[in-house]
This record gives sequence, C-alpha cells and structure tokens, in this order.
Amino acid sequence: MSVLVWIEQMNGQAVASSWEVLGKARQVADDLGAPLVAVAMGADINATAELARQYGADLVLTITSPVLENYRLSAYAAGLRRAIEEVEAVVVLTSATTRGRELSAAVACELEAGLAPDAVDLRVEADKVVAVRAIYSGNILTDVTFDSPVQFASIRPRSFPMPEAGEAVAELQPLDLGVNEDQVAEKVLEVKSTDTGEIGLTDAKIIVSGGRGVAADPVKGFAMVTELAQTLGAAVGASRAAVDAGYIPYRYQVGQTGRTVKPDLYIASGISGAIQHLAGMGSSKVIVAINKDREAPIFERANYGIVGDLYEVLPALTAEFKKRLK
Amino acid sequence: MKIVVLIKQTPDTAELPKVAAEEVKSGTIKATMVINPWDEFAAEEAIQLAERFNGDAIALSVGAPGAVDALKHAVAMGVGSAALVDNASLRDGDIWATAALLAAAVKAQGAVDLVLTGKQSVDDNSGTVFVGVAGKLHWPLLTNVIKVREIADGVVTVERLVEGGQETVSAPLPAVISVAKEINEPRYPSFMGIRKANKASIPTLSAGDLGVVTPANKTQWTNIRKPEVRRTQVNIIGGATVQEKAAKLVDALLAEKVI
Repeated sequence: MSVLVWIEQMNGQAVASSWEVLGKARQVADDLGAPLVAVAMGADINATAELARQYGADLVLTITSPVLENYRLSAYAAGLRRAIEEVEAVVVLTSATTRGRELSAAVACELEAGLAPDAVDLRVEADKVVAVRAIYSGNILTDVTFDSPVQFASIRPRSFPMPEAGEAVAELQPLDLGVNEDQVAEKVLEVKSTDTGEIGLTDAKIIVSGGRGVAADPVKGFAMVTELAQTLGAAVGASRAAVDAGYIPYRYQVGQTGRTVKPDLYIASGISGAIQHLAGMGSSKVIVAINKDREAPIFERANYGIVGDLYEVLPALTAEFKKRLK
Repeated sequence: MKIVVLIKQTPDTAELPKVAAEEVKSGTIKATMVINPWDEFAAEEAIQLAERFNGDAIALSVGAPGAVDALKHAVAMGVGSAALVDNASLRDGDIWATAALLAAAVKAQGAVDLVLTGKQSVDDNSGTVFVGVAGKLHWPLLTNVIKVREIADGVVTVERLVEGGQETVSAPLPAVISVAKEINEPRYPSFMGIRKANKASIPTLSAGDLGVVTPANKTQWTNIRKPEVRRTQVNIIGGATVQEKAAKLVDALLAEKVI
C-alpha cells in the first residue's frame, strides 16, 4: 500500500505544481501510515528524479524509455499503471495540468477507480481520502468521497504551498515501461514551443490583469499592464470583456470561461468585477483594484483600491516598483 | 465518414452564480439550460468536417428529457441527426457511468470514425468524460485540439495546445478528440436550421436499450455548498497625486509580503 504521485516534466524540467502535489501527498501518506512514492517518466529524467528525492518522497520510481520522449497519453498511461502495480498504490495523485488531468482520468477509468478531477483540497478521513472540488465554474464546492479501493485525484495548481527541499533519502528504483513504439497509436510529428518566456497564469504568484477599462487605447493599456507585470515578474491576465473585444488573445482570460487562478497578488486594472471574473480570481490572497468608478463591484472584493485612470496609475506604479525593487 | 459530437446541456453561464447548493443536491437546477458553450465548438467542427469530408454528423447527449433542446441547437446549427440517452440511471458527478453510456451510444451509431467534444462542461467541470469515452471504446484520444489538419488513409492529424507549446500529432481512426476554443467560431443557427431542428425526430435511448448495466458509483458528492464569499473592507488609497497613491500602495503590498 502506498501513495503515488506523478512528477510531470516538460522540456527536461519538472513542472513546479508537481512539487506542490508531492508536498501535500507527504501529509496524506503520513495520515494513512503509507510510504510516499514519486514516479518520473521520460527519455531523460535524472534531474527530476533527484529533485523528487529532495522534496520528500520515500521512494522514487523512474521509467526511462525513448517511447516517452514526447508525452503521449497511451504510453504515459501504461507507465503510470506499471508504477501503481509495482507499489500497490491506493492513492494516485497528479497536478491538474492538461496532461495530469487526462493521465489520471485515463488510468482511473481503466482501473474502474474513483476520480476527483481538478481538486482544490485533500484530507484523510477514516483511512480514505476526501477531495474537495469546485464545480459550477467555481460557484459550488463539494466534497468527493471514494467507494473504490484505489483513489485518484488531479490537483489544481497553487492549491498547496511548495514544500521545502530537504535531505534526499529516497532510493531510486528503475521500472521497465514494457511498451514498444509500435504499440503507441499517437505519433508526434512536430513540437513548437510557444514558450515566449512569459509566466503562465496558473502557476503565477502575481498577476496583473486588464479589462474593458483599456478601451480608449487598448494597445497602450495592455502595454502598461505588461510593463507592470514584467517589473514584478508577474503573469498578464485579462477579463472576458477585453478578450471578446479583441484586445488580447483568449489564453490570457481569467474567469469562469477562462483560467481559474489563485496568485498571492492579483492586480485588476480597468476590470469592473463581473461575477464571472470574480469566480476565476476571487481566492487570490491579496487583490488590488484600479478603476475609475468607485462603485465598480471589484472594490467589494479588493483589499486595496485606487480610484483613478489606469493610464496614469499603472505607469506610476511601475515607476514606484522599479525604484523600490532595485 | 461518420462523426459523432458529444453534447451536454448545462446552465447558462450568466446564471451559474445563482445556482444554489440545494439545487445541486436535488439535481433540479432552476437556471436556464443551454448547450454547454464548450460543446458548441465541437458541434461547429463536426459540421465543418462533415462538409469537408462528405460525411455525416450526429449529436449525442446524456441527460434529462429537457436536454433534447441542446441537441436541437446542434441540429439547428447544421448537425444531421441527434439522439438523447436518458440519464435516469445516473447520479451527479459519475464520470465513468456517463462515459459508459456515451461509449455505448457511439457504438450504436455503426461505424463511427471520429468523436468530437468540448473541453469540459461548465457545471461538473470534470473535463474527463471524453477520457472515459475513449477508454471504454479503446480508441486513441487527442485533447485540446485547435486544428484538424488532415484526415486521410485512416489517420487523423491535428494541432493541439499543451502548456508551453503546440504539437502536431496523428492517430489512427477511429479516435476521440476534445476541441479548444481556438479551433473555430461557432455559427448561430439559421432560421431554416431552427425550423429543421423543430421538425427533427430525436429518439431517446435508455441504458437498457444500449445494453449498458450502469456501473456502481465510484465517488459520491457530499457536503455540497456555496463557497464562502470573502467580503473585504477595501482600503482605498488616497493621496494628492497619483505618484503619492502609487507609493502608498507599494508600501502596503511590501508590508503584506506578496511582492
């Protein structure tokens, strides 16, 4: 019996939210009195496996194969199944990234096991895991209890803090994937990195967002949002109104039909605070609102507000931060 | 070529905030029900692919009798036919039972080449039912697809978005595809389309008709509740100039240790 966590890696690097999951899984494993096992898969996973030892795993399984060079669901599902059998996992966790979400679902379905997708919290009750999910696009919460011997959950990024790295005590144990290239249906023909050096919304500690308030000059407005974001090492976000108006692409959208985010600091500039937007960012630790209209609903959720013109406030904030963060 | 699009009827997103915990517990949602917005992209793609490859598009949904309206919306957009699978045997949030019913309904359509669906529903938000459909059918799954580049010689080639990148991937047919918002711009139903949809006969299939014994629940939803709304007392930063306000805000944020 064990608790198993898949450590996702991309371009040879572990995905940070995997460590958040491993950190929480340590507590789950201790509550269940079970060992904590991490599994890393890929063509080259030495660095990820070493980090998994430092972030608290009792055992690190490594599955290395050229078949795993590019992520493909069927190959990775075979690997995860192999790991589950090897350590008799009763709790299987991944981060709820695109890949983590589908991988945990594919294996849970195959094993006819219960799954809590995109869970925001976990606890142990009577030797079983209870997960918490946000449903109805963040408007309802529900506990998810399990009736299956093996329990699967994917965990929304930033639901748990990064664990502290410690002394590496875990053994490394290699496993055979047992799958050949001709057994994998999906063929990856091309991979284009769209990594522009920008910080991703879901992992961001700070987000600076723009909304309809930039309408007077959207290009200038989002340039100011971006400059403040860059100064703070923050991600850029947007409201649906700004995306629908064509000011910025959809991938920046925060809210009910965009990304759900939970940064330490969320700076909403020119965003009125429609309930759909609040559903996507309302659990941010500190919210700052910059808006011309003192009556805008965003001020009811904000911790700090500046009533003013964002074309004046954003450059002033950027200048002040540049001065203070030197 | 036969293309199935999986559709769910969900509350209008504008009314989601008003959904009460009691409604979710009882399964009786009072909000206006519409076609799940993510599935409109799948319906649009099914229509376009049917035109491009001279095929048929069929819409399927698991739902209550009223869900037939979501299927009618798809037919009004241009999907050729539709069928509803009665959800009487299902409980909320039961991903694998829903997937088993949908997979059986897909099989009942004959030789299907491609199954399309949206990335998730706006109510259950699981984004995993199509993973189960692919699993039950033992078909390959390609998720987050932004372009169907080619279908030829029994192979589908797509472009998909992943965190930090874009991939071109192929898989043998039949296959399951979930589509992302970037794939197309869903059309509005035309007047003629709406007339056709109103006249369309949409059969209802039961789990028994499909020969599916609904598997036992693997999870339960308990303690369904509204999230606590954080009511903050906003600190409006005052000052004579915008520079003074900016400086005071920076002081406060540094003291909060969020920078």
